[in-house]
Amino acid sequence: MMSFMKGRVLVVDDDTALAEMLGIVLRGEGFEPSFVADGDKALAAFRESKPDLVLLDLMLPGRDGIEVCRLIRAESGVPIVMLTAKSDTVDVVVGLESGADDYIVKPFKPKELVARIRARLRRSEEPAPEQLAIGDLVIDVAGHSVKRDGQSIALTPLEFDLLVALARKPWQVFTREVLLEQVWGYRHAADTRLVNVHVQRLRSKVEKDPEKPEIVVTVRGVGYKAGPS
Amino acid sequence: MSGDSAAPAPGRSGARPGRPVGRKKSGSRWGRFLESGLLLQGGVQGSPVIRLFMRWVRRPLLPVMRLWRRNIQLKVVVTTLLMSLGVVLLLGFVVIGQVRNGLLDAKVKASQSQATGGFAVAKQRADEASSGTGGDVATADGRPAQNVSEWMSDLASSLSSGGQGAFDVVTLPASDEGGAGGRGQRASGEVDWSRSVPADLRERIGSSTMAAQSYARITYNNPTKDSQPGLVIGKQVNDPNGDPYQLYYLFPLTQEEKSLSLVKGTLATAGLFVVVLLGAIAWLVVRQVVTPVRMAAGIAERLSAGRLQERMKVTGEDDIARLGEAFNKMAQNLQLKISQLEDLSRMQRRFVSDVSHELRTPLTTVRMAADVIHEAREDFDPVTARSAELLADQLDRFESLLADLLEISRFDAGAAALEAEPIDLREVVRRVVSGAEPLAERKGTQIRILGDQQPVVAEADARRVERVLRNLVVNAVEHGEGRDVVVKLAAAGGAVAVAVRDYGVGLKPGEATRVFSRFWRADPARARTTGGTGLGLSIALEDARLHGGWLQAWGEPGGGSQFRLTLPRTADEPLRGSPIPLEPKDSRRNRGLDDAGLPCGGGDGEKRATVPAQSASGPVPSGSARDPIPPRAASAAPTADPTALPGNGARVVPRPASRRQDDPQATPERPVRDGGAGGPAGNGVVGGPASTVGNGAVSGPAGTAGDREPSGPGGASRDRDVSGPRDADRDGGSAGSGRENEAESADRHGEASRGR
Repeated sequence: MMSFMKGRVLVVDDDTALAEMLGIVLRGEGFEPSFVADGDKALAAFRESKPDLVLLDLMLPGRDGIEVCRLIRAESGVPIVMLTAKSDTVDVVVGLESGADDYIVKPFKPKELVARIRARLRRSEEPAPEQLAIGDLVIDVAGHSVKRDGQSIALTPLEFDLLVALARKPWQVFTREVLLEQVWGYRHAADTRLVNVHVQRLRSKVEKDPEKPEIVVTVRGVGYKAGPS
Repeated sequence: MSGDSAAPAPGRSGARPGRPVGRKKSGSRWGRFLESGLLLQGGVQGSPVIRLFMRWVRRPLLPVMRLWRRNIQLKVVVTTLLMSLGVVLLLGFVVIGQVRNGLLDAKVKASQSQATGGFAVAKQRADEASSGTGGDVATADGRPAQNVSEWMSDLASSLSSGGQGAFDVVTLPASDEGGAGGRGQRASGEVDWSRSVPADLRERIGSSTMAAQSYARITYNNPTKDSQPGLVIGKQVNDPNGDPYQLYYLFPLTQEEKSLSLVKGTLATAGLFVVVLLGAIAWLVVRQVVTPVRMAAGIAERLSAGRLQERMKVTGEDDIARLGEAFNKMAQNLQLKISQLEDLSRMQRRFVSDVSHELRTPLTTVRMAADVIHEAREDFDPVTARSAELLADQLDRFESLLADLLEISRFDAGAAALEAEPIDLREVVRRVVSGAEPLAERKGTQIRILGDQQPVVAEADARRVERVLRNLVVNAVEHGEGRDVVVKLAAAGGAVAVAVRDYGVGLKPGEATRVFSRFWRADPARARTTGGTGLGLSIALEDARLHGGWLQAWGEPGGGSQFRLTLPRTADEPLRGSPIPLEPKDSRRNRGLDDAGLPCGGGDGEKRATVPAQSASGPVPSGSARDPIPPRAASAAPTADPTALPGNGARVVPRPASRRQDDPQATPERPVRDGGAGGPAGNGVVGGPASTVGNGAVSGPAGTAGDREPSGPGGASRDRDVSGPRDADRDGGSAGSGRENEAESADRHGEASRGR
């Protein structure tokens, strides 16, 4: 996941026509797509191709997308973007909770898809040496590590970005819309559930007691801010 | 026996023999009670004090009244008690009356024979004495008087019987004589004659020689002896001197009274028992019926609360058991139907979800392919390039149509969920307005926001509210003919409202309700060219309903329209009103109809349409809604004057003749149509920047005089007209208010044209 020459994208989709079309578009944008059509084989393909990003259809034969997402997330923090035909609350939230970083609703425009993929891949292109502190955590931005008392905490790139965004300006309260723009790269207001779900995931990893968060504090009616160091 | 003049005896004259003494008294008491009751009633109406008193009395009674209304068992038992009490009382009175009559009749007969015998004896004695001492009587005044006095005392004591409960005898002088001489009063048995013998009886006796009788209370001089009721029989007889005197027999009725009171007591006891027993029986009987009914009511309540497996216990084969069986059958059928419907709904939702997925996946592929082709269209020949453009455009439209359809079916399936949180509507409005700016610029419209000085916060689903408002604002810009669009916010009384006002062609009468119908098009012929799905306002209405809010429309032909979204401040609060009136202040009617020249109060029918957004009934079906639309009428004369139009900056684009011809009937003497108040208002040409002008031609099929023409398919405009169909109706400022309206419409259109 530290290789960012062009961007290898694993497309997990059972619809061959769509997969082929995705391949055409992705190749046209300079990505290297690889394909797998079956949920059961997705994990093996993931291990084999070591992609920089996974495009995952939620409805798959064999293992369904949610399960595949959970398995991939269990062993890697690689960005996962869900393709979903249902924008209904439950599906999207379940997908995000199982570890997806972002989702895109069918039917989407190619530009939209590419923009999302680039936004997910962008962060690994700009490592700057920087040390941040938030609560009792120490963040090494360049080294992409978060440590508490010398113990490193494993975060996905997205969760790391979220934490860094909050830690860089500890005096500022971030609305969900601002976080969407800074972390996810959305220009327009999008689904704020993305922020909610990922803040929950982040808290479950970095907070001592996720019920009483001290690192990522909710500001009621506004958004989130970093806790006092 | 000494005494002076006869004193009138008190007591009630019992002129009617056999009638109980107390009866009349009780009757008069009832009368007085009734009278006082009437008085009280009159007072209630009049005096506030009494009213206050009545209220004070009534207040503690209220729970009892409520219990009375709600408890059938109590009602039946109390009714039974009251009715049996009445029957027992009636029965008691009749029985007591009969017994008393019987007792008294016997006593009276015995007394009368006794008295008759006594009078005969007295007469006989007097005759004997007068024959024996005749000379004395005639000659000497003192002695004979002494003799008569003694004789009378003897008579009285001999006539009166000695035993207890027998009778007493009283002799009185004839009424016209005073207490003179020896013919004074004599009374046996310490009877207080003056009070025991009624005065009117004395008069009656004095005036005739017949015996007379009366009931009276016999009182005694001896204070240890109680007075008692009695029968007094008297007659005027002559003493040995031939002078008349009055002889009274006083028969006490003590024995009879005792018997009567015994009967009364027995009857009262028996009656009480009967009443109580009847009450108890009624209670038991009613309980038998009421218990199953109550059980049924309780089970029905639980059924309606969703516990469909509840059933009644059925025992026996009586009517109650039949009720139970029928009830259970009903419950079972209900359960069956409900579970069927639930299955259907689940299937429907599942189907929608599946269709969503199944349709969207290939659509995604097509979409991407089309975009790839569209990107490369410069390399194609013109025909293919244009095809690529059309493909991409129509895919957009298809996509939005599919999205709207799925959204609507989600509402229909009841699968739409509200994610309400406190939001500031000003932010939503600003987002919407800034999103609509590009379109507004193209149309030459300015969007103004009013009422955003203070936060307008409500618990709402930001996504849905934004969708509703975007729809309204885009519509207003689309149909505003380049005039300003005003978005107004307000909050008051547990409700917030956003009203979007435009000054376009407005709505025809009745259309304000129809704009929310699915796929509703005022003019099917021209709506197809717009990009809207025909579902925008339907979805907006559903969104408003989901919030427990209202979405309503107002419009007047040629005067623009206003759409108002009202939401409750908190999600579960019912709406009672809206902070913004549906009809704007600057409506023609509210401005005093200055420019229209209508008489005040005229033309009511043309405006004011309210959509019951909160009602459960769905929007009017598009088909039926469409039918009653009158043929679109375009005014020929003023607005369609071709010479007035060029030079106003509007592009003159030739239009297909079939679509934009004026009504051929639109001659100066316009016929009345649609049962409306007058001719159709002119609507001739209302060109948006991209629309066409020049419909002076007065020939063509009736009813298709579309006027405002958005850029046709040839245009590359890909603006989303969220509710295309709505605009179809807006350009027809038709009937309703007659010629003035028309003139005004024409005026406005001219103005609009010049404005550009």
